[in-house]
Amino acid sequence: MTALAIKNASVFYPVPGKTPVHALQNINLDILEKEFVVALGASGCGKSTLLNLIAGFMAPSEGEISLNGRVVTGPGADRSVVFQKHALLPWLNVLDNVAFGLKIQGHNQAKREGIARDFIKLLGLEQFEQSATYELSGGMQQRVGIARALTSDPAILLMDEPLGALDALTRERAQELILKVWRDTGKMVFFITHSVEEALFMGTKLIVMSPRPGRISHVFDLPFSRRYFESGNAREIKASAEFIALREEILKIIFADEAGALHE
Amino acid sequence: MSDTRTNSGNGFWAGLMKAKPAKPGEIYGVPGQGDSLKISAVVIVGIIFVWWFVTFAGFIKPLFLPSPMGVINAFFTMLKDGFTGVGFWEHTWVSTLRVFGAFLLACVIGIPLGIAMGMSPFARGVFDPPIEFYRPIPPLAYLPLMIIWFGIDELSKVLLIFLSVLAPLVLGARAGVRSAAIEQIHAAYSFGATRWQVIRMVVLPAAMPEIFTAMRVGIGFGWTTLVAAEMVAATSGLGYTVLSASRFLQTDIVIMGIVVIAIIAYAFDHLVRFIERRVVPWKGRG
Repeated sequence: MTALAIKNASVFYPVPGKTPVHALQNINLDILEKEFVVALGASGCGKSTLLNLIAGFMAPSEGEISLNGRVVTGPGADRSVVFQKHALLPWLNVLDNVAFGLKIQGHNQAKREGIARDFIKLLGLEQFEQSATYELSGGMQQRVGIARALTSDPAILLMDEPLGALDALTRERAQELILKVWRDTGKMVFFITHSVEEALFMGTKLIVMSPRPGRISHVFDLPFSRRYFESGNAREIKASAEFIALREEILKIIFADEAGALHE
Repeated sequence: MSDTRTNSGNGFWAGLMKAKPAKPGEIYGVPGQGDSLKISAVVIVGIIFVWWFVTFAGFIKPLFLPSPMGVINAFFTMLKDGFTGVGFWEHTWVSTLRVFGAFLLACVIGIPLGIAMGMSPFARGVFDPPIEFYRPIPPLAYLPLMIIWFGIDELSKVLLIFLSVLAPLVLGARAGVRSAAIEQIHAAYSFGATRWQVIRMVVLPAAMPEIFTAMRVGIGFGWTTLVAAEMVAATSGLGYTVLSASRFLQTDIVIMGIVVIAIIAYAFDHLVRFIERRVVPWKGRG
């Protein structure tokens, strides 16, 4: 059953005195139940615009986005967003940050803290419950952001380069953590990244996007995250011949897009 | 060959030319790094000493500048006998009440107004012209209008101080609205927050550091305006004390009044800073 459906979505920005900028053109994308869809592409290809459309922060100029048959007209708790950074509230401790969405939804304190503690445990943050967010490392802060996004029991998690600001080691560990959270919660995920390796490792489906106009140029089905759940060895998968061959193929596509942009 | 370019001594000029090497635990080149407390203490003692010396040696007559001891005597005399028939504490209390009354009123009105101006183009369009019009005008200039419109009682005095505190508070709160990161606001909306919830739970807390700074600036303006406010038909107050004493050339009481105002203003600034550390410990680290 189709869960999230994007039909013929386009976004144009009017530019005074010039032809309108085509940020996205005719995007068609279905995200099925329990799918982990990763978007990859050169900068300016419209990845973030696409995420903003799904989140409801932006309306498409043409076309339609629907989640389980209901047309998206604005932001909602069925589509939680994990941002790259700056999204936690420094005046609240970790527990209250995780419970923030529940407070907005009007749940009482006992219920808020009960649910928040479940996700704090899932993300391994028990020791930091009372900590200030600005005292945590970048990786820990992202865990808080993911825990918070999960509390509203969304149908889909929208992740906008959530690991982009982390150092390489923390990033690899966070990738594995997100995969486990995805497996344990069974959510759909739409995940943006600039790292080809991260995209290949994490997604069940990869969309490669090209700029001017922003569009989906290639779609790949990926086996690697399933293999990770079988073997538990991330590095081995990332070092396999099949993984490296696909990585190089995709890099070629992206570099060709960037070179094209330079010639324009 | 000696390397004189990178190590040209430790004198004052050398300090202007290049940053000091960092001690362990410091970061090289941070502007203004280091403790200034000792230097300030020396400067204060130095000023009092020079003041004492020029008056003690008779370079300046007491009419123009009374000695430190003279000012302290004036303080104790006023403590005992009052000034123009009103006790010292009443003068102090009346002025403090005027300034803080005006300050609290300005907070209650100015902070929501500034937030509204930051949030809504309509509110900005309505309130920006009048505030920007009166803001640069010295309170003394519109004091006559306040008296004509609001009389010579407390109302016009408090309103004059209120107006001088209001502008910096409104501007601070308005600028503070921008402190919330768009990601924080989007996060709230994606949980289904209403616009009002976003203001109350994200925008307002994020604006608190700027609002505290504006409160400190604003209360300073309030004390500055006090003397102007107490120029007309006042019978008590620290500003009134300074003004009437100057009319009778009681320079010791003038200086004493100024020092008392400075001490109260300084103490309150520290109180606000203390509250600030409690309320927004995340300032500059969020």
